[in-house]
Amino acid sequence: MAKKVALMQGNEACAHGALYAGCKFFGGYPITPSTEVSEVLSKELPKIGGKFIQMEDEIAAMASVIGASLTGDKCLTASSGPGISLKQELIGYACIAEVPCVIISVMRGGPSTGMPTGPGQSDVMQAKWGTHGDHAAIALAPASVQEIFTETVRAFNLAEKYRMPVQVVYDEIVGHMRERIEFPEPGEIEVIDRAKPSVPPAQYKPYDTSFGDVPPLAAFGTEYRYHVTGLNKAPDGFPTTKAEYVDAEERRQVRKVDGEVGRAGIELNDEYLTDDAEIIIFAYGSTSRSARYAVNELRKEGMKVGLFRPITLWPFPEKRIAALGKQVKAIVVPEMNLGQMNLEVERVVKGACPVLHLGRVDGEPINPGQIMDKVKEVK
Amino acid sequence: MSKRFEIRFSGAGGQGLITAGIILAEAATIIEGKHAVQSQSYGPEARGGASKSEVIISDSPIDYPKATVVDACLAMTQESADKYANGIKKGGVLLIDSDFVKNEPKGDFKVYKMPIMRTAKDVVGREIVANVVALGAMIALTDAVSREAGLKAVLSRVPEAFIELNRKAYAQGFEDMKKILG
Amino acid sequence: MAYDYEKYLRPGKLPHIWCPGCGHGIAMKGLIRAIDTCGLEKNNTAIVSGIGCASRLPGYMDFCTLHTAHGRAAAFATGIKMARPEMDVIVVGGDGDGTAIGGNHFIHACRRNINMTYIILNNSIYGMTGGQFSPCTPTGAMASTTPYGNPDPTFDISKLAIGAGATFVARTTSFHAAQIDKLIAEGIKHKGMSIIEILDDCPTTYGRRNKFRSVIDMMKRLKDIAVPVAAAGKMTAEQLEGKILTGVLYKEENKPEYCEQYAKLIAKAKGA
Repeated sequence: MAKKVALMQGNEACAHGALYAGCKFFGGYPITPSTEVSEVLSKELPKIGGKFIQMEDEIAAMASVIGASLTGDKCLTASSGPGISLKQELIGYACIAEVPCVIISVMRGGPSTGMPTGPGQSDVMQAKWGTHGDHAAIALAPASVQEIFTETVRAFNLAEKYRMPVQVVYDEIVGHMRERIEFPEPGEIEVIDRAKPSVPPAQYKPYDTSFGDVPPLAAFGTEYRYHVTGLNKAPDGFPTTKAEYVDAEERRQVRKVDGEVGRAGIELNDEYLTDDAEIIIFAYGSTSRSARYAVNELRKEGMKVGLFRPITLWPFPEKRIAALGKQVKAIVVPEMNLGQMNLEVERVVKGACPVLHLGRVDGEPINPGQIMDKVKEVK
Repeated sequence: MSKRFEIRFSGAGGQGLITAGIILAEAATIIEGKHAVQSQSYGPEARGGASKSEVIISDSPIDYPKATVVDACLAMTQESADKYANGIKKGGVLLIDSDFVKNEPKGDFKVYKMPIMRTAKDVVGREIVANVVALGAMIALTDAVSREAGLKAVLSRVPEAFIELNRKAYAQGFEDMKKILG
Repeated sequence: MAYDYEKYLRPGKLPHIWCPGCGHGIAMKGLIRAIDTCGLEKNNTAIVSGIGCASRLPGYMDFCTLHTAHGRAAAFATGIKMARPEMDVIVVGGDGDGTAIGGNHFIHACRRNINMTYIILNNSIYGMTGGQFSPCTPTGAMASTTPYGNPDPTFDISKLAIGAGATFVARTTSFHAAQIDKLIAEGIKHKGMSIIEILDDCPTTYGRRNKFRSVIDMMKRLKDIAVPVAAAGKMTAEQLEGKILTGVLYKEENKPEYCEQYAKLIAKAKGA
């Protein structure tokens, strides 16, 4: 049987990806350019007995998602820069309490209200460092309507597997543009469900590291009764100021993502003509599509240019970028901001090659011609 | 590299030009199996202002989703003609609603004129289908998709009660343009 | 005969953090008696709080407990209740937590009339941070951030709840310990948003700055200002000056409950 196909917006594909992943709860607040995600889910969730709630503000939306997730449901919220700013308080809560949830961040111009209907990529550092305190972050950056679907599914998988909030960040262009999407059949894409505790209720501790860096999370409303707090806590979930617990917990929560084992299950990149490349363009989201166009044009002109596209933005693909830094003459980083991911590239390359930044923040996309011009600046 | 064809629909917010773009993209990708991307830009106003919808059609995957050089452009209002006709490539085409665009944009492209709103209102019977009249005309003008694919995409989008009206609007736009082309 | 509170308390988590003379412990015991009266099951009950002294209460209780961020308890609780309408959800918090930083969540939880019980322990001060004035600190009172007396007018939490759409609103004080469990039990049994405001005292950060010589004096004040709703009807405006009404202040049975409304919406969506 032929697969179901449709022409659909990125935001709509996101909502369908969430449903495919088993999302049962959406808590949101209206904001451009992410609203279509909630519009689709307000219609579709009740059809499967799921819950959609429009809360009184962005913070409450995030709170409702964490509350619902503690009952065992897969939960989603969607917003954009100004709303994500408000959610930061509770994104931090979900980090320290280790509650799985998925947050969609559709990027517009900023700071503040900025340009609500224009695209931007200036919230990628927010996805990593938006909430205060040391914490790990997972952020995925799809670049097409089909990929928004699959990356939303992967975001749910990672949220459940790593027991933490996961962001999907994409710019307004991919969020609003329409492309053909082929809906995968059930079972075609892996869907990971939350691990259940293997010990009897009396022995259950919500942060018991004897089960590894990601302890199983029981659901409220079952015989597993436990305490959840945003304070530093001991393995039993109760607040503590004991140095050894605080230190161990903080390190574990960062290690579960940034450690070698953690990374291996999260990092995902797309490389195009990088094998023989002398110049690499590092680009993500809609900008990566301009970059690919530019690579093809420049190759026609005889230049050995390749594209490195991180699909997982956080954790940052440190090893691969470090290796490419040693291989190439230069790395060009076009992005719709005044310099964010290029700082990561610079940090990792450690001066092995020059890193050229191309920023655009006028509400228009970076076009292939601009990237080609920048690449030609490489000496 | 494969051929990339870029169409831009522009006019005032509320004239249904984003819908026209979506229908064209559906005709190209869902019905004809090509690759297509539809995108739009708009201001804060839901009605009025200048609005544009772009469709890229190609026989291979589309990288850059926005227009680079526009092959064909529609302008329903003076404001949109002034704002959006600039990106038309040399030898491209511009279709204007001749009742509303009095100052014809100048450039290395060919201008076609039709009283699109008037046709929708007086000939077809409802102003609301002006976008479908325009779509029919643009498909006749560009051959971006087949006449049948365009019609099929139009009809798959409209409620039962409006099928005949839209069929008529599409045919009218298509035929009027064919007459102009001679 | 001594009441068996320990049945509902987590072993090893006491002593609590509250100061001698604080009313929060009296309220917690009242809550336990109410839970016992209503027969709530530990596994099926979530107790949710924000930040502050009152918000430490869930940690002592042997239920599914969630100590959230400052002011956000009602919003977290809404998520739990929406996802699992079959669970009993109780929110506990202070006046600053619930009506200042959490004021928006508080009024919207009331507006939705979602079936939960919100116990607000109003000691009219931010106690945990050392006694800064809250929206419930009396005008003119002294707090660590009102060295010249509090310039702010106050919130009447119960009126706020009624105005926002809660369908069960009751008030008492920590002096009236026997009334606490009765009102909470009635709130738990009520289908819809129940607000139980319990006025209590913070001798450490409020009492000493406001010339209360002892906890006894503070308790006496609570006793003196409380007027049962029934009695208030027979009193003149002058007699009611400076008093607060206690008992069930508002009860409405006909407003639809939020989760039931949503269940109907689900049925409609499935039928469509």
